Amino acid sequence: MSERDTVLLSGNEAVALGAYEAGVKVAAAYPGTPSTEILENLASYPGVYCEWSSNEKVALDGAIGAAYAGRRALAAMKHVGLNVAADSLFYAVYTGLGGGGLVVAVADDPGMHSSQNEQDSRQYARFARVPMLEPSDSAEARQYVKVAFELSERFDTPVLLRLTTRTSHSRSPVAVASAPAGVAGRGRPAVADPLPVPDPHARSAAAALAELAADPGKYVMVPGNARLRHPIVEERMAAVADWAETSGLCRTEPGDLKVGVVTAGVAYHYAREILPSASFLKLGMVWPLPRRAIADFASRVARVLVVEELDPFLEEALRLMGIEVEGKRYFPLVGELDPAAVRRGMAAAGLVAPAPSPCPPPTLPARPPVLCPGCGHRPIFYALRRLGTVVFGDIGCYTLGALPPLAALHTCGCMGGGLGNLQGALKALEFDASDVQAEDGTFRGRPVAVLGDSTFFHAGLPALANLAYNQGGGLVVILDNHTTAMTGHQDHPGTGRTLMAKTAPALDPEAIARALGVEQVATVDAYDLDAFLRTAREFLASRRPAVIVARRPCALKTRRRQRAPLVVAEACNGCGICLRLGCPPLLRDGEKVRVDPDLCTGCGVCVAVCPRRALTTEGGEG
Amino acid sequence: MPELDFILAGVGGQGIILAGDVLAEVGLRTGHDVKKSEVHGMAQRGGVVTSHVRWGKIVRSPLIEPGTAHFVLGFEALEAARAAHYLGDGGVAVVNRYRLPPPSVTAGQAAYPGDDEVEALITGRGATVAWVEAKTRASALGHPALAGVYLLGYLSATPVLAGSVPRDVWLAALERLVPETHRELNRRAFVEGRENAAG
Ligand SMILES: Cc1ncc(C[n+]2csc(CCOP(=O)(O)OP(=O)(O)O)c2C)c(N)n1
Repeated sequence: MSERDTVLLSGNEAVALGAYEAGVKVAAAYPGTPSTEILENLASYPGVYCEWSSNEKVALDGAIGAAYAGRRALAAMKHVGLNVAADSLFYAVYTGLGGGGLVVAVADDPGMHSSQNEQDSRQYARFARVPMLEPSDSAEARQYVKVAFELSERFDTPVLLRLTTRTSHSRSPVAVASAPAGVAGRGRPAVADPLPVPDPHARSAAAALAELAADPGKYVMVPGNARLRHPIVEERMAAVADWAETSGLCRTEPGDLKVGVVTAGVAYHYAREILPSASFLKLGMVWPLPRRAIADFASRVARVLVVEELDPFLEEALRLMGIEVEGKRYFPLVGELDPAAVRRGMAAAGLVAPAPSPCPPPTLPARPPVLCPGCGHRPIFYALRRLGTVVFGDIGCYTLGALPPLAALHTCGCMGGGLGNLQGALKALEFDASDVQAEDGTFRGRPVAVLGDSTFFHAGLPALANLAYNQGGGLVVILDNHTTAMTGHQDHPGTGRTLMAKTAPALDPEAIARALGVEQVATVDAYDLDAFLRTAREFLASRRPAVIVARRPCALKTRRRQRAPLVVAEACNGCGICLRLGCPPLLRDGEKVRVDPDLCTGCGVCVAVCPRRALTTEGGEG
Repeated sequence: MPELDFILAGVGGQGIILAGDVLAEVGLRTGHDVKKSEVHGMAQRGGVVTSHVRWGKIVRSPLIEPGTAHFVLGFEALEAARAAHYLGDGGVAVVNRYRLPPPSVTAGQAAYPGDDEVEALITGRGATVAWVEAKTRASALGHPALAGVYLLGYLSATPVLAGSVPRDVWLAALERLVPETHRELNRRAFVEGRENAAG
């Protein structure tokens, strides 16, 4: 097929294109920046089943199941998602897939543009014994997915495809047979009139499963069987390392022999731009390493420099091979690389001149993200602040409740973490000599937990079962905006819709909480501050496990203004209590408060907090 | 064809991604290698959005090195100032005359920089600044979000680009990337911006 057109694809869109072209049949993911668009985009191609799974482990187990059934399967997740799915990755390495290819796309976030930590997923490749490929741009992303499937099937192993925020979210040209008429990418196919691509396997899924059922020694990882599998895993990795030598994924670009740069991923482009004259060894496969090719390259250059993002992963591997290398001595271990950082490193290594004039970013007022006008999370945090509770939080838009003036979320660690924290903290409090809240009659200092609806389905269920079972006596608030807002509005088990735009049963958090053994369960409209406060006080006073579902569809998703913007009446004395909501349209204006009508959604939450009733919906229903 | 680096800077919801896509598409259509990269972690929640667009013979890095950009397209004054350090000597900043104070400013904890401070940051880099009434004109056309395309129109008529990229290439890229229902308005915004710069 000749490729006459060029389209600009993001790395994620290119992964989707490559997976479709490879004949992927089943793909599963849980959203997470910067990986989300892989599945969003793949779902736009015909002949591929795509789903938002309830979490990454479930997604990976699903992809493994499809591969067990002999089909090519893909799972996608962000770096921390692989922590959730790690258990599954490790068993799949032992069992292998039996013929169906399995690729796990994992997107790291150096610089933490939208993550709670920085992790270098290459460590998982070494840890779990999984081959890992790392593209440096969109054309490679598309190509490597296909190579990854071939590799997976040839060696009967899952294969990791490592992306980073920069490769996932940069657009670069990809040649296609024929460009689509409209916009490529963005949830649309990158090729015109795509037809379903057949899976390359002749065997039926039923036949593959019959083979699996006949081979318990390979698929039932009880100790006796697993002991026999482990040596196979180690031998397999040695064989893959041999294959890597001639795979074509490792490319030498000859240049000046004084410096040889070993690099991979987007760091390759930074290094080539800053030091164009050097010799390069660009690794497309970052684990296992083509040791002979590396040793050969190193022997031909006077000095070996490793340029890589995050951990000194290649650097340490080369050092263990006995190669003298320089790397993190010059290039940062922390944060995202960029041309400026690479130039600084190269300059420190004495290879280039420093930037002619340093260009530090100016110091200017920051612009942090804020909860949107009309967001249903805002009143809940305002109420929790009034109660003075200590709030174990979680990850989502609602984490913004930690920012002033609300400042009513006090922890955020990982998805689902807050509920477990609540249980432990409550148990620890029981050891205090006196119960402060019992004495002063308020709930000041009492711990509660909040989490979003998508987070609830992701990791909240087992933790809530634990709270009910062990009678932690805590209050859990589920902030139900009916979507996964943080990552761009994906569906989840509570929304009644699937990734493939089919209607589905909408699971009900209240019913689930009751079924898990929580006896006190209430639903409130998140805009109804008084109802929330009343219910929260009642539940906190009971000291038994309780769940409040605070419900309001995401304001960003409903978009259209619900009511006319609010107006400020004469009665306003500028006390500024409403400003404690931190709502963007509410602005101080001299002695009074002003409402920016362009931003106000008319939600009316501020009406309830104003002691003088000076904020009104005078305009009526809009 | 000139090799050019553009930074687009503004606030979530201002249409920066679309403008960057158009710019990248124009680069592709004029025979360049192109890379485009953006930072948009929580853009929809009112955070900063920065997009890097590079046209070249071979473009390596998807990110532009500070001190080397030819253009900064500022969708908002404070964000133009924040991106000013990307400009190289002789660069050009095309800035929407529009201020959107961040929360620290509305809360009275920080001061929004004056136009002169914004200009000083740009001219301090050896670059020039053009203030453009894009927000006002876009609102007059019916939607403030058209400001981005208006700015693109203005950009298209600045000396280097006016001489190297025909108007029709811009319009064709716009046509490809804008949904049909909004096409006519976007085209008008672009043409107005372009004529404003030329006239
Ligand atoms: C293990 C893991 N997977 C994915 C993410 C990315 N992520 C952060 S918050 C979030 C979901 C938020 O949805 P929800 O709980 O409904 O809250 P909302 O943003 O809608 O307020 C996701 C998917 C993550 N941080 N960790």
